[in-house]
Amino acid sequence: MKFAIVVNGSPSSSQAAATALRFTEAALHQGVDVLRVFFYGESVLTANRLTHPPQDETNLTQRWQQLASDHDVELIVCIAAAVRRGVMDEREAKRYEHTADNLADGFELSGLGQLVDASIGADRVITFGGRA
Amino acid sequence: MVLHTVNSSPTQSRCLEDCLQLIRPPAVLLLIEDGVYGATTAHQALLDQLPDEISCTVLQPDVDARGLRPLLSERFDLVDDNGFVELTMKCDRVQSWY
Repeated sequence: MKFAIVVNGSPSSSQAAATALRFTEAALHQGVDVLRVFFYGESVLTANRLTHPPQDETNLTQRWQQLASDHDVELIVCIAAAVRRGVMDEREAKRYEHTADNLADGFELSGLGQLVDASIGADRVITFGGRA
Repeated sequence: MVLHTVNSSPTQSRCLEDCLQLIRPPAVLLLIEDGVYGATTAHQALLDQLPDEISCTVLQPDVDARGLRPLLSERFDLVDDNGFVELTMKCDRVQSWY
């Protein structure tokens, strides 16, 4: 069974990235093949390595990175949604003439085609939304 | 069979009401995140017209995070994260209301 996971909600003002993480961990433990996690809309802020929640709270960025490295799961971040919110890899930072980039390791900027591709390849697509 | 997930409270948004207007058997309703408030007895009237063959479930970690277990309606069964994954596999598709 193959899953594609879509995360839409902001990591700071919605529970979407946290619920999606729990769900993805449970799916992997049950032997589900998670083809891709696609971060869209406000959820792209999950991939900003410069965010630091208080120490007694879950660091979602690190938890996703850990999951990606433990299980070899692709974490794709919508490039248009990311650049709009100041989340950039080295290439985009150069393109926009910034001195630094902030995309966390384990995440990758790419286009909506990656969401289409995962939706075609997966048996189930599960979306974790935020509030509009 | 469609799995419908609802993630916001009936006092915050119309998600649950919109879902209940469109949901048709065979289907499973799963309340998650702030959506779990919809599984309390206070909101039971919303589900009065729902056919019995639609099973109503609520995500246990989100219920417990809000201390709502004593207030749950009998119409709902608790599922944990593994149960959420199992429902996803059992149903043909997932419709997320948010």
